[in-house]
Amino acid sequence: MKWLIPEDRQYTDEHEWLKVDEKEDTRIVGITDFAQDKLGDVVFIELPASGQAVSLGQSLAVVESVKAVVDVYSPVTGEIVRVNQELTEKPELLNEDPYGKGWIAAIKIGDPNQTAELLTAQDYADLLSDIEKEDI
Amino acid sequence: MDNVCRTPLYEKHLQHQAKMINFQGWLLPLQYNRINQEVQETRRRAALFDVTHMGRLSIEGESALDFLQSIVTANLDRLIDRQAVYTLICREDGGTLDDILLYRFQAHQYLIITNAANTVRVYDWLNSKRTRNVQIFNHSSAQAQLALQGPQSQQLLEVLSRRSLSDLPRFRFQPELSIQGIRCLVSRTGYTGEDGFELICRADQASSLWDRLVPASGGSPPPVFPAGLGARDILRIEAGFPLYGSELDEGITPLEAGLAKFVDLKEKIPPFYGREALLQQKRRGLTRKLWGLIMQDRGIPRPGYPVRNDEGEIGHITSGCYSPTLDQSIAMAFLNPQQAWKGREVAVEMRGARKTAQLVTLPFYRRG
Repeated sequence: MKWLIPEDRQYTDEHEWLKVDEKEDTRIVGITDFAQDKLGDVVFIELPASGQAVSLGQSLAVVESVKAVVDVYSPVTGEIVRVNQELTEKPELLNEDPYGKGWIAAIKIGDPNQTAELLTAQDYADLLSDIEKEDI
Repeated sequence: MDNVCRTPLYEKHLQHQAKMINFQGWLLPLQYNRINQEVQETRRRAALFDVTHMGRLSIEGESALDFLQSIVTANLDRLIDRQAVYTLICREDGGTLDDILLYRFQAHQYLIITNAANTVRVYDWLNSKRTRNVQIFNHSSAQAQLALQGPQSQQLLEVLSRRSLSDLPRFRFQPELSIQGIRCLVSRTGYTGEDGFELICRADQASSLWDRLVPASGGSPPPVFPAGLGARDILRIEAGFPLYGSELDEGITPLEAGLAKFVDLKEKIPPFYGREALLQQKRRGLTRKLWGLIMQDRGIPRPGYPVRNDEGEIGHITSGCYSPTLDQSIAMAFLNPQQAWKGREVAVEMRGARKTAQLVTLPFYRRG
C-alpha cells in the first residue's frame, strides 16, 4: 500500500479520518493520505466557524486543489470546538501532513456511539486495495 | 486504455516517481513533486519537460516555401534560415486546425511542431493541399523532444554542450548541436514564458540525453529537476499562451483567441487558407474574444464556468489555475467584446456562488 493509514484512528469511505482528541467526547477530523494524493496540490481551503453545529453528512470544509474542488463532509454530528486556522495560510499542510498538521476541525460529539460503525484502519486499507484494483 | 502511447522516457518518469496521466492518448507525467514547486523551480532556476508527444513534420522541396505560405497565417518572407516562428494553420472558414512552431532550415526545408492530438489531422491536411515538388514526412515517432525552461537554462546547456549559446537569440535554432555526444536540434523556444530551449534528438538517444540533463545526484552543474504537465499548464496560463482544445479549436479563429499579431492579413502570394474568412470576420467584428481574469475572491475558475455582469452571462472560462507566481487565481475566458474592457469587474459563477474577478489583458506574467 502506497498510502499511510495510521492505526490510531477511524476512517470513513469518503476518505476522512477521526481521532479521539484529548477529551473522550471530541474527535479530530481530517482527510486521508489517499484523499490528498488524489486531490493533488491543495491551494485553498474554506473552513467552518468554531462553535458552529454540524450534522452527519453536512459540508464541513471545501478543499480546492489544482485539479478539483471537493467538499469534506462531516462524519459525525456535533459541535465544532476548534478549527485549524493554519490551513488558511498554509493549505499545503493538507498534502504534507494529512494526519498531523493538516487536521481540519475538532468536533464535540454528543453520543460516542455514532462512531461505532466507522471503519478501522484495516477496513480502510481493504477499501483502498479494492479501489486500486478497480483502477486497473 | 487502448492505444496509449508512451514516450522513450516513460521508464525515466517512473524512476522519478511521476504521477502519470493520459493526455491526448499519451501517458505523460502530470507531476513528479508538488505542481506549484515545479512551477517555481521553472521560474527561478530551470526545469526539464518531456514534450515528445508533440508532432514533428518536415516539409521539403523546391516549392516548400510557396506551399507553406498557403498554409500558415504568418508571412514567411521575412523568416530567415535557422529561425523559428509561432504561427497558425486555419481551415478555409478561418477555424484553427492547429497552432504550431515552424522552423526554417533553408528555403527548401522546414520543420513544424504540432500539438499531439493534431499531428495526424495536420499531416492529412498538408497532404490534401500539397502542390508539386513538396514532400511531407512525419518524424514524430523517430524523435524525442525535451524542453529545458527557466532563467538558468542557458548556463546549464552551455556547460553540457561546452559552447556559448549567447549567439542563439530567441526563436533561433542550431540544427545540429552536440550535447555530450548526442546530436540535437536546439532552439531557443518554449511554452512557459521563461527563457529556455527545446531539444530534439533521436528517440533511441532520449534516455541518454535525459541522464545528462538530470544527473542522479549533486555534481556540477547542479541537477535539473523534471517537471510535468501540471506545471506546464500553469506556466502557459501565466504566460497567456492558448492551449489547443481550450482556447483554440476548429470552431475558434485566431482573431477570437487574441492572436491577431500572428495573423498577417496583408496580401501575400499565395494567400493562406482562411484569409478571406478572417478578413470578413475582422470587417464584421468579433462576437467573442479571449480575455484574462484575475480573481479578487478565492477559488479557481475552471473550464465552462459562466462569467457574468449585472445583466447576465457574457461568456465562459476556458482555462484557469491558481498562479503560484502571482499568488492569485487567474483564468482565460471567451467574452462578449461589447461587455468586456480592461479593469472591469465581473462575476465568475463557481458552484452556485458568484466570485469577483477583474478583466486584464494577457499575459499575466512577463519575465523580468
